[in-house]
Amino acid sequence: MTATIAPELSVAEPEHPLKLRQRKTRRTVGDWLILAAAIVFGALIAAPFVIILINSFKSPADYATSGPLTLPSNLYFDGIAAFWERVNFPEKLWNSFFISGMVAILAVLISVFNAFAIGIGRVKGRTWIIILFLLANMLPQEALLYPLYYMFKQVGLYDNVWSVIIIFTVIQSAFGTYLLSSVYGTFPKEILEAASLDGASRWQILWRVIVPISRPTLAVLVIFFFIWTWNEFLIPLTFLVSNANQTVPVSIAVLQGDRLMDVTTTSASALLGLIPTLIFFLIFQRTLTRGITAGAVK
Amino acid sequence: MTIAPVVARGKKRPTESIDDQSMLPNSGKGGRAGFWLYLIPGFVLFTVVILIPLVWNIFLSFTEWRGIKPPEFIGLDNWIELSQDAKFWTSFGNSIAMIVAMVIVPTLLGLLLAAMLFDLVGKKFGGRVASFLRATYYLPQILPVAVAAIVIGWILRPENGALNTVLEAVGLGDLQHNWLGSPDTALLSIMFVMVWVQLGYPVVIFMAALQRVDPELYEAAELDGANWLQRFRWITVSIIRPEIFVVTLTCTIAALKVFGPIYTLTRGGPGTSTIVPSYYSYSEFFQNQQVGYGATIATALTVVIVVLTIVFIKAQNRAERAEGNR
Repeated sequence: MTATIAPELSVAEPEHPLKLRQRKTRRTVGDWLILAAAIVFGALIAAPFVIILINSFKSPADYATSGPLTLPSNLYFDGIAAFWERVNFPEKLWNSFFISGMVAILAVLISVFNAFAIGIGRVKGRTWIIILFLLANMLPQEALLYPLYYMFKQVGLYDNVWSVIIIFTVIQSAFGTYLLSSVYGTFPKEILEAASLDGASRWQILWRVIVPISRPTLAVLVIFFFIWTWNEFLIPLTFLVSNANQTVPVSIAVLQGDRLMDVTTTSASALLGLIPTLIFFLIFQRTLTRGITAGAVK
Repeated sequence: MTIAPVVARGKKRPTESIDDQSMLPNSGKGGRAGFWLYLIPGFVLFTVVILIPLVWNIFLSFTEWRGIKPPEFIGLDNWIELSQDAKFWTSFGNSIAMIVAMVIVPTLLGLLLAAMLFDLVGKKFGGRVASFLRATYYLPQILPVAVAAIVIGWILRPENGALNTVLEAVGLGDLQHNWLGSPDTALLSIMFVMVWVQLGYPVVIFMAALQRVDPELYEAAELDGANWLQRFRWITVSIIRPEIFVVTLTCTIAALKVFGPIYTLTRGGPGTSTIVPSYYSYSEFFQNQQVGYGATIATALTVVIVVLTIVFIKAQNRAERAEGNR
């Protein structure tokens, strides 16, 4: 039982064995009861999403008279519009998008370099190097927070999206190095030898052979890094103080409890916060549920 | 959305010890050492962003610093103060509540739900129903945790909040409460948020792990007269034990680091009823300007996490070895 993740990322659909066995047994009353219980439980988990959705389209007056559980008597967009304009939502979307996108690309690049040296090059002391990188992933961010804050202030990058991009590039690539090193450790040797005999240099082999072949794994990493960075809170909150630089989660969180936020505007703010991640989930659902087991022991 | 980094364990990597050389022997200059060039960007960044701040933070825990004049060395004073600081111990007590909400409840419930979905729903009603339900359970996991907290926080609003209105409507008006605003329910409310957020993660991991279980094993046990619970306990749990370890470890680390929901919902209050170490150190850093003391709290938290990780991995290795000898 190694800690390798490589197969998990490329191997067939997990649903497979389920489908094969589906018509084997007869359904009893008990089975239906268990299914009902599972569905009720699912409904309970989904309920907060539905409640937020319907109340974001109500006027505060409508909410006061009919309560949170009825559908809006007429569609009211002022709450969403008010919040949208108040925080200049497109700007926050762009900030989050830019930060997460840059981190995803840069962190994968660094991970590829590191993993090339560790997995393919098998440099001395690689186990320790991997443990060192994992450390970066385990540490509570508070333990780095104040020194980073001070350092970035000194070099004039405080309240600049690049401070957050640099920090998360390192934190995410730490995980990427760990994962990719074990993927590259099992890279087919014959391919490397063939390329080497053809006279390709290391740099060429990396870019023309290894990167194209491992592209599916790299794509998974890009998606993960993007979404993880999008969801980060503490470091963006500390480093991006001016409105114009904030990310989506930070801009929404700092306005909670503000006296200008009435009840349905607050609901609308939560709705706007969850829509982007919901879209990512729908697009990448398969990659995410398959890859989420990436770190699990095989 | 945490992913489990598991440290590679010694004996399991035969390729390393047998084949201790580069897979690209003949290309490039400098042999194996030439590969170090590729580690330079990663190392430089790692040193600047992780190593230096970490060491600096440990140093700061022995100083008094308000962020302006140079830090003043005061030896162990911060640590002595920390050991007598009731607020700090409360924050660690609340961390244990977070472990209950993010580790114990989701792992147990997740085991049950995963087994239910895989074993009964998946087999009798089709894999599609099972994966749809799995996706539903997973839904809260995709949210930024601060946004997830806002969603639940909105439902728990004191005046005309959804939960209070519902309670009123079904005739339980007496149970109406300022859920996040009273010391007796604030922590419970936060725990509730965390269970909601965290549950999907073990379900997804465990369901993937269950693919490994050989159905014939179940059939054999069934023939031997084992009931569902016995099969669950002796086959399912023992086969997916590695995943249970991973989930427990990563969720425990995540529970010790909780910050977003506390910041958005309660700021540690009312009083100190929902304070956690990460929020406590944050507020010392940026509200009280007690940087040295904040660094002490953060260092203590780091030590706890590192020690826990080592203990966990050792326990897992021991359990695996015991399994191997059986």
